[in-house]
Amino acid sequence: MTTTQAILELNHLGMTFPGHPVFNDLNLTVRPGEFWSIVGENGVGKTTLMRTILHQLRPTTGRVVYDPSLRIGYVPQFRNIDADYPLTIRDFVGLNLTGWKLPWLSRAERQRVAKILAETGLEKIATRPIGQASGGEKQKAYLAQALVEAPSLLILDESTASLDPVTKTELLDLVQWLNQQQGLTVLFVTHDIPLARKYSQHFLMLTPQGTEQGPIAALTDEKVWRGERV
Amino acid sequence: MFSYEFMRNAFAAGTIIAIICGIMGVFVIARNMSFLTHTLSEIGFSGAAFGIFAGWTPLSGMLLFTVVSSVIVGQLSVRAERREAATSAISALFIGLGILFLSLANKNASYATNILFGSVIGISASDVTQMLVLSILVLLVVLVIYRFLKFDSFDHTGAQVKGLWTNALSITFLVLLALSVSVAAQIVGSLLIFILLTLPAATAKYFVHTVGGMMGLAIVLALVGVWSGLALSYVTNYPVSFFIAAIEAAFYFIALIWQHFQTAAK
Repeated sequence: MTTTQAILELNHLGMTFPGHPVFNDLNLTVRPGEFWSIVGENGVGKTTLMRTILHQLRPTTGRVVYDPSLRIGYVPQFRNIDADYPLTIRDFVGLNLTGWKLPWLSRAERQRVAKILAETGLEKIATRPIGQASGGEKQKAYLAQALVEAPSLLILDESTASLDPVTKTELLDLVQWLNQQQGLTVLFVTHDIPLARKYSQHFLMLTPQGTEQGPIAALTDEKVWRGERV
Repeated sequence: MFSYEFMRNAFAAGTIIAIICGIMGVFVIARNMSFLTHTLSEIGFSGAAFGIFAGWTPLSGMLLFTVVSSVIVGQLSVRAERREAATSAISALFIGLGILFLSLANKNASYATNILFGSVIGISASDVTQMLVLSILVLLVVLVIYRFLKFDSFDHTGAQVKGLWTNALSITFLVLLALSVSVAAQIVGSLLIFILLTLPAATAKYFVHTVGGMMGLAIVLALVGVWSGLALSYVTNYPVSFFIAAIEAAFYFIALIWQHFQTAAK
């Protein structure tokens, strides 16, 4: 058996906010093409962990290790898009193409946006203002925006939490397709255990007592029940 | 009317202002900074008064005050929830200072009116050159940071998540805004400046849905307002600011009504 090199490693990672430990001695190895669910009750520190991975927060102890050239796409839980928001879905997706470049998108960049819009099923509504799109369409557009930079690692931070069951499945089917067809590595942050079981191969569970991880089959009801009790 | 040099200068200045306000206005609207823009214009009034008091040109005083205060406001109100209160406090302070400096400079009320409401007759060819240089500077910086500024303005969360230098961008934008305010104050006056920096862009967002499109339409709306304002003012001898304000406000209300019927039709 060959072990593929890790795309992301957490070594003895610990985070303590003043007077309040969030997680401690967390070790994790994520290999290319894996689909992980990061589960745990609300408020247990899942988003803190993601922000630490993104180097937006400095861990109290330990290290987050990945190649600096690794492209990470992150789809956050909240976004400020009201009904008046003017940009079309296509323009919103293209916002992520930054750099010291000309104001207008190059032909290659426009093709990239078109390809992502097609993959995420947003092609037909690409010219609609995103403010007028449905919750599911918006979430797809957020996903598309993260994907437009061709990330190798995608982090979905409770991205499905506000969606109805059908839309949730639709979005995750799409992520699963990208995972299987294009080898996209996925960290899916959720408190929805059935959804985690349906889509991921591995889990990392954060609880106030500590962390547990393993193949998704090992995420038993008993573990979930224990993890959710304080 | 173009046989008079001051009218030619006014049209040249007005055109520059319309272009810069159309472009900057789109970012002002996207960043929800209408109120801050208003404050910067009051600070501009205070700076102009200080300039007169110190024996400089009003523009120099304005540039000094708006640039320094935009950096302070930026530092004070990085957190959005504090922005309104911090902005009000600074605005009150600067209006007070403006009146103090005017009184210290021993200038009469008509001078204050000129600063507050702008004047067409006062614009010389060298003023136009000065405005052109400042505007080109602003536009060049916008051009260089355009993609970052666009991302941060239209999707602050996304830009933060990506790890863009959002605080530095925010302060850079405020300085650019301060420069634009100082430029535009020359013709419409400091109190009415926020008209050109907010209304054309706010109107445009109801009709077009790309950043470039909004800029284009905002420039056109600002140009129509400034040009017809100047012409009407020339013919009627009423203040140019009144006409510009009325025209831009009319465009905005038309946009709101249009939007209302669009939504109702769905």
